[in-house]
Amino acid sequence: MEIPYTVKPRPDTGLYNAKVGIWLFLASEVMLFGAFFSTYILLRVQAPHGFWPEVALGWPHGLLNIPIGTFNTAVLITSSVTVVMAWIALKQNNFARFQKFMAVTVACALGFLLIKTFEYKEKFGHYVIQLADGSRITGHLDVNGKSPLFWTKKNLEESKIETLKVQQDIPNKFRFPVGHAIPEDIHKAHAEGRHHNDREIPVSDIVSLKAFIPSTHPFFAIYFTMTFLHGLHVLGGALVLFYFGFIGTRMWKTSPEQFTNRIEVGGLFWHFVDLVWIFLFPVVYLL
Amino acid sequence: MQTAITHPGAGSVHSGSHAHDHHEPSFLTKYIFSSDHKIIGIQYGLTSLLFLFFGFLLMLAMRQQLANPNDPIPLVGGLLNKALGDDMAAGGVMQADLYNAFGAMHGTIMVFLAIVPLAFGAFGNYVTPLQIGAPDMAFPRLNMASYHFFFWGGVVMLASFFVPGGAAKSGWTSYSPLASVADLNNYIDGQTLWLIGMVLLITSSLLGAVNFIATIIQLRARGMTWMRLPFFVWAQFVTGFLLLLAFPPLEAAGLLQLSDNLLGTSFFLPTGLVYNGQQLDISGGGSPLLWQHLFWFLAHPEVYVLILPAMGIVAEVIANNTRKPLWGYRSLVYAVLAIGFLAFIVWAHHMYMTGMGTKIATFFQTTTMMISVPSVIILSALFISLWGGSIRFNTPMLFALSFLPMFGIGGLTGLPLGLNAADIYLHDSYYVIGHFHYVVAPGTIFGLFAGVYFWFPKITGRMMNEFWGKVHWAISLIAMNLIFAPMFIQGIRGMSRRMYDGGATYFAAGVGADPGILWLNKFITHAAMLLAIAQLPFIINFFWSIWNGRKVTSDNPWQATTLDWQTPTPPPHGNFAETPVVYRGPYEYSVPGAKRDFTPQNQPN
Repeated sequence: MEIPYTVKPRPDTGLYNAKVGIWLFLASEVMLFGAFFSTYILLRVQAPHGFWPEVALGWPHGLLNIPIGTFNTAVLITSSVTVVMAWIALKQNNFARFQKFMAVTVACALGFLLIKTFEYKEKFGHYVIQLADGSRITGHLDVNGKSPLFWTKKNLEESKIETLKVQQDIPNKFRFPVGHAIPEDIHKAHAEGRHHNDREIPVSDIVSLKAFIPSTHPFFAIYFTMTFLHGLHVLGGALVLFYFGFIGTRMWKTSPEQFTNRIEVGGLFWHFVDLVWIFLFPVVYLL
Repeated sequence: MQTAITHPGAGSVHSGSHAHDHHEPSFLTKYIFSSDHKIIGIQYGLTSLLFLFFGFLLMLAMRQQLANPNDPIPLVGGLLNKALGDDMAAGGVMQADLYNAFGAMHGTIMVFLAIVPLAFGAFGNYVTPLQIGAPDMAFPRLNMASYHFFFWGGVVMLASFFVPGGAAKSGWTSYSPLASVADLNNYIDGQTLWLIGMVLLITSSLLGAVNFIATIIQLRARGMTWMRLPFFVWAQFVTGFLLLLAFPPLEAAGLLQLSDNLLGTSFFLPTGLVYNGQQLDISGGGSPLLWQHLFWFLAHPEVYVLILPAMGIVAEVIANNTRKPLWGYRSLVYAVLAIGFLAFIVWAHHMYMTGMGTKIATFFQTTTMMISVPSVIILSALFISLWGGSIRFNTPMLFALSFLPMFGIGGLTGLPLGLNAADIYLHDSYYVIGHFHYVVAPGTIFGLFAGVYFWFPKITGRMMNEFWGKVHWAISLIAMNLIFAPMFIQGIRGMSRRMYDGGATYFAAGVGADPGILWLNKFITHAAMLLAIAQLPFIINFFWSIWNGRKVTSDNPWQATTLDWQTPTPPPHGNFAETPVVYRGPYEYSVPGAKRDFTPQNQPN
């Protein structure tokens, strides 16, 4: 006995097996990411009032690159459209067109990951510096023209630098409450389009130095966890779509309907990955 | 239907007796990397029975420590000292760390590696496709992957005993921050391996759940409408949804705790955490309560994952051996669906002591009282089903019958724990241990034993020995009650469940209520040994019967109605000689006017 409904839909449910399977799997994925979003909410509501780094363990704002995040969102949405176009091409029996759209989809996925990698690298070289006067500033380091990654106070001592060149971040204007006067110098810097002030800080004034890595603050912990797991989903989806589109294509000859179903199921997963990002982007970048 | 059906495919199916005749590759593909739901069911069954036994041995060692604190562990004390070092078992005596590790691993192994894989993986895999008239699971290769994820999860758990610092020792609940600071000196510690093992086990369960639900939705035979499904299938269906939706949050929590332990994040670590007089170098800002929410969001539905398949088995066995339809089939179905829904909104009744607030506690107290209603409906319907039946008291039936009062005791003793005010007193005492063990040990495990004795002839073609089965049942039933009933007394008298010396120092310090209950520790340990002895007839009977048991003379030795008995024995690859068509409900026993006292579901008229 063959397993029924692997290709044709079952009449009373109207679905073939794999489609039931992928929807169930996506339901469990919703619960998985739901737990991460719940974690985000809980960590955020219990954080002290005020912005980090000014307030210790307050919630940070405006430390991620919004234009790049927006661009990446567009990249992912594009891939969601093209994966549907690829499926439609199969329905129209046009295999060459299918492969073209699959190529665009996979290229978008890799583009997204590439951009994300640069964003990560930028964060690994972005620091919070605790000064001896009790204040905390954020910014990038300039050590002999290079921006070092993952440095701590220990690296600073080993490098024997006496004054550290820091490109100190100018706070985003959204960090000030509505009606609150924005300090004049910040206003001016924004008007001039400047995003950082160059400062030279004696190393003896620096109490601690931490890169924007997960252990630095719960925000980075949840930001890296969620975006990394989302990235793994993108990578997994891209590999599967690449396999469907360019390696395991023999099935198109032997069983075109099943092949088309595969693309539909893969596409459903791809839409889900896209949807997670649609929630993730405003939550970690904008809110 | 009574005579054995011969089928051309029947020669190629699993039969233990000629396993060694095959060449190496065919053995691998047939028995190790098989995608046949029956072989996978057997794989799950044998592996989880081994884990059940191993978890039981851990408990015996702990009971020995509780009864005779600071005496060397008999038989294995020296071995444990050699294998695990002086920190764990100096001079063969169980140290506090070893007790904690055994406690955590006993819980973990029993829940995730023994009961769930036996109830869901083994019985679910073997019986569900047969009962719905399907040739296999909807996704056979995914099914194989589930077993292999499960297997490697088990291997990682076992390996964790041997890493520096020993296995996880923060309870099966692994509360943060305790779990994160238990082994600060070791980077890869038992807790890390516990988390990796859990992620593998969760992946296995998720793949299994997707497969089960899709199979039941899609592969029901023609005529097998929803209200003609055997109750066992309904139980598996709801169990599948519980696993599918409740496990991912624990997977998330596991990854977050892994990140706390390996990357130094503070998801579950509060600000200013001090350990051994030193403030830890962490960012802080995390929430220990968050771990408990995410954990219990899984772990409470998990309780129903443990109990529902057993209820399904018990329902099948009772209908078959009372020779009459189950009373209130529809009520049973709606009750199990109600449990499935309510199971998701009761989790915080495990957290009354955390100070999460009285309003939240009231909400969860209400939902907890509500979920007892469908549980009582199921139990009542099963009890009423006995009324007026001509009951056959064979071994499966005896186990199924004892399930009813045992689960009843477990359920009723849970009510005080579900009530906020009473729980504040009883929380973390031996009363709790008595309560949930009544549900799971003489409850679920008896249901599973009933299933083993019941489906054994279908799987092997031979019956298990009836006399030794009854011996196994009688001594087990007595021993189980002698073990767990005294725990209620100890708990009500205030004995904490976490004391590795059985509360001796606790009472010596004059804190406890009545040292007169310490003697019960010895009593319970002796009862546990009796339970161990009672398992010997089962183990011997099980293996002896595979090769030497009385051969079945029919494909349907219990004269059952459901489709699993209307197949060749053992069922060949593809299960059915011809595609079955279903004409009637699952429990048409003793239908007036029928030729026999049972009418199989696929019999036209």
